[in-house]
Amino acid sequence: MGTLPEPFVAWFAARGWTPRPHQLALLRAAEAGQSALLVAPTGGGKTLAGFLPSLVDLARSPRAGLHTLYISPLKALAVDIARNLMAPVEEMGLPIRIETRTGDTPQNRRARQRADPPNLLLTTPESLALLLAQPEADEFFAGLGAVVVDEIHALAGTKRGDQLALCLARLGRLAPGARRVGLSATVAHPEPLRAFLSPSGAPEAVRLVQVRGGAAPELSITLPEGRLPWGGHMGLASMPEVYRRIREARVTIVFVNTRAQAELCFQALWRLNEDGLSIALHHGSLTVEQRRKVEAAMAAGKLRAVVATASLDLGIDWGDVDQVIQVGAPKGVARLLQRVGRANHRMDEPSRAVLVPANRFEVIECTAALEAVRHEELDGDLPRPGGLDVLAQHILAMACHAPFHPDELYDEVRRAAPYAELSRRDFDDVLGFVENGGYALRVYERFRKLFRDAEGMVHVRDQRVARQLKMNLGTIVETPLVKVRLRGGPVLGEVEEWFISTLVAGDCFIFAGQTLRFEALDGVSAVVSRGGEGEPRVPAYAGARMPLSTWLAARVREIIHDPRKWRLLPAPVRDWLRLQQHRSMLPPKDGLLIETFPRGGRWFLVAYCFEGRLAHQTLGMLVTKRMERLGYGPLGYLATDYILAAWSAFEPTEVAPLFEEDILGEDLEEWMAESSMLRRTFRNIATIAGLIEKNHPGQEKRPRQMTMNADLIYDVLRKHEPDHILLRATRQEAAGGLTDVARIGLLLARARGRIIHRSLDRVSPLAVPALIEEGREWVAGGAEEALLAEAAALVEEATDGADIFSELLADVTEGVRIRPRDVDKPRHREGRPRHSRFIRNAPKSLGRA
Amino acid sequence: MNAAPIHLAGERLMLDPAGVLHWPARRTLVVADLHLEKGSAFAAAGRFLPPYDTRETLSRLALLLRRWQPARIIALGDSFHDRHGASRLPPAELETLTRMLAGVEMLWVLGNHDPEPPEGLPGQAAEEVRDGPLVFRHQAQPPASRFAAPAGAEISGHFHPKATMPTRAGGVTRPCFVVDGRRAVLPAFGAYTGGLDARDPAIAGLFPRGARLFLLGRERLYSMPA
Repeated sequence: MGTLPEPFVAWFAARGWTPRPHQLALLRAAEAGQSALLVAPTGGGKTLAGFLPSLVDLARSPRAGLHTLYISPLKALAVDIARNLMAPVEEMGLPIRIETRTGDTPQNRRARQRADPPNLLLTTPESLALLLAQPEADEFFAGLGAVVVDEIHALAGTKRGDQLALCLARLGRLAPGARRVGLSATVAHPEPLRAFLSPSGAPEAVRLVQVRGGAAPELSITLPEGRLPWGGHMGLASMPEVYRRIREARVTIVFVNTRAQAELCFQALWRLNEDGLSIALHHGSLTVEQRRKVEAAMAAGKLRAVVATASLDLGIDWGDVDQVIQVGAPKGVARLLQRVGRANHRMDEPSRAVLVPANRFEVIECTAALEAVRHEELDGDLPRPGGLDVLAQHILAMACHAPFHPDELYDEVRRAAPYAELSRRDFDDVLGFVENGGYALRVYERFRKLFRDAEGMVHVRDQRVARQLKMNLGTIVETPLVKVRLRGGPVLGEVEEWFISTLVAGDCFIFAGQTLRFEALDGVSAVVSRGGEGEPRVPAYAGARMPLSTWLAARVREIIHDPRKWRLLPAPVRDWLRLQQHRSMLPPKDGLLIETFPRGGRWFLVAYCFEGRLAHQTLGMLVTKRMERLGYGPLGYLATDYILAAWSAFEPTEVAPLFEEDILGEDLEEWMAESSMLRRTFRNIATIAGLIEKNHPGQEKRPRQMTMNADLIYDVLRKHEPDHILLRATRQEAAGGLTDVARIGLLLARARGRIIHRSLDRVSPLAVPALIEEGREWVAGGAEEALLAEAAALVEEATDGADIFSELLADVTEGVRIRPRDVDKPRHREGRPRHSRFIRNAPKSLGRA
Repeated sequence: MNAAPIHLAGERLMLDPAGVLHWPARRTLVVADLHLEKGSAFAAAGRFLPPYDTRETLSRLALLLRRWQPARIIALGDSFHDRHGASRLPPAELETLTRMLAGVEMLWVLGNHDPEPPEGLPGQAAEEVRDGPLVFRHQAQPPASRFAAPAGAEISGHFHPKATMPTRAGGVTRPCFVVDGRRAVLPAFGAYTGGLDARDPAIAGLFPRGARLFLLGRERLYSMPA
């Protein structure tokens, strides 16, 4: 038992390999018919360990039909693994058929696979969900012996993970004998992953195989030459240093945190690239073809460096990468290790990585992360309840598969760990939503998608419903995107629609590693040309930045608080902290330091919370709401990973009431409902739950679209049926059960009675980085109106109130009679206002008489 | 609340920040693209939008009727999301609408979504309405040759114009009126009506000599050049 049969022994020996202990451990678990979770660092032969029991079983007793289902979060990974598995199977002459099935698999092959499944099928969670929605799923999966979930740590805790968990629960019914294997990178909490994998939802049912050690990674921090930046997250000041290191290594991956940062770093590196090193760019907004090209060049050893976002966090192994550079703070220890592990994919050799902090706070954060790695302490999120929107999709998919009884489906669904605590009320309401919308106003009875027969079984109405589901299945919701197309050339990728909406013809921006000039919107794409003058902008993407993990935040707070730990920090950061000590004070370990000071005609309030950006964002909403009630006239706020800053028209003299715990209760609901965060959440939920469709059968993409705005639906639903299941799901996702509100609660509890208010005459050293931060949130409603008024006034100012042809103006606006010659002589010919966009919009005749 | 006065073809018209136009001289309220029963139209196609859009749209309209006390309402077409929309009105909404229209002259201009008069509702239906120097139709007619300027002016809907005003905190997008000396295009009024960027050629092409945009605000309009 637990030993390899002959062809495998010879195959390992021929390569001078011996099976690793964890590979044999998985084999033993399989032979005992037990599910297992393998937690191992990268480079540990994890994938082979996952497949080995299946290969051995099939070598011993060859048979037709589906034996093992492999699920990967990435299409490309599934394809790559299939290729890698072919080699041993062919070399040992095993009678095993291996195929992939993804969104890219042609229709005829899918049909063939359905009729005659391969032994090993490699697929993604979405393709699995589609397979399970088909009426033939019963026969297809009946003989299934094993399910292998790769990179399970990247799926659990996400909506894709929720979907996969539901699919696994269904597989548990179609093939009760199938054992499960999870493959995970090193994580802080393996228990939730065991539960995720478990056929019963209980972690004990899954054997845990943990591989410790491997060589410890070699990590270091590098600072830019010259001045250490106060703020910013791009890390551009360090690019000369990054370039030097690229030159000295064989192959480098430069990891950054956002796509905008990737574009900027890529450009900066090419400006320095005197040696003409082949440096490429890889991020999620580039076209798939372009990404595949970069990956292929990387695999072929043709690149010296690639600047990448999380798009390369997972995926194909490149043995040649010998250096990883992380630009900007890593935000989490587990994430850092994952990225570091992309270098030197062999367990016995250390990975080399360099951290490049972009500002002073990030220096401390990087130092904290290094300490954590040294002490082998990991962070990670605890599980959250599964999304009700994903459940809605799943219920419809299950109805498409075969009629079900609600009681049975409810029991089945709760065997999926994320839904173990699902209440019957929520289940029934989600079912009601799928059936006919589930609204209190029952007017959609005749449009039902599902109907119940006399036995209480739920049936799908017709094939049209099934088609609609298939076209919209999946849990990845993109913000509205616009293709970027070179005039008379190819599509370069996609950027968010709102970004394009802020451009006027002639504006330039950086995308796909080049500076582009925006020309026009042509139906569904933005037409651009190369080059362009002026300061280019960089497309930003909503929600692109990772929040700081709680655990790392605590470490940062500890380092700042304890001057003995400062020896870990470089001199400029030490000086900065000393200056803070002198001018104000250091944030205490347990209490909450709040500074207030006047600046630029406003009052600033800075709270040193260290709870991560998302928590601060929510806290910002609550605090400004309370400020409004106390008459301080809040204007806006800003959340970084470390602090919350709010500004107001009047001096906040009493700060303690702003941070009382009761702000969570009374204000939260009302205030959050208005927030942009909740609206975003609702849009995603409405899309996944099937309210807003991504694709409609038979509908062609019209060039001009009057887009159905989720905000409008949200407003109407909130006003007329605030307790509808979709709004409950939205609130649950945004608040209840989410770590951010819990973090705020803890923070407020910690701060109770220990708020230290420093009233300063000017900004403190520690507050500076925040005040030069981007990404401000405006106080809802009032501020937006104020901004519009300000902008409208600016138009008038910039154009002397005559921004359009004078004869027309006289026609259009009452009471303003302007003769042409007045218009031709604007008073402010010098000193254009800063908002030159308005000037550009104005007719050419202005000021050029 | 501040309505903005404009002059078209010698007539003084008030643009209401709620997205309607009032013609004081004729006590006429003009509203475009109500798209009533859009929710149920989507539900029929398998998307269960909240069935409260008609209720919401009518309650907003009721507010404007109180504000302007018009003797006549001109709905500029697409008043219902589809030709069967009126027959799907829930009883309560049908009653509300009937009550609102009592004592008011109602003119239903026909649109592409509702090419037939709404069944069972008060009022007259027409392809277009002419009154004095103004013509009211669903979709604006493209400008004729620039030398043959027609007398009078045109009020229309159909395009659901919206625009983004750049502010120092980024763009703020709102539905808007698009106006020049000869025509006004109204924003869509319905609760579920999205918008089309006023820079889109379909709208911009109607205004070869430029236009003024009036973005809807809570209490007032915000104006900028197109």
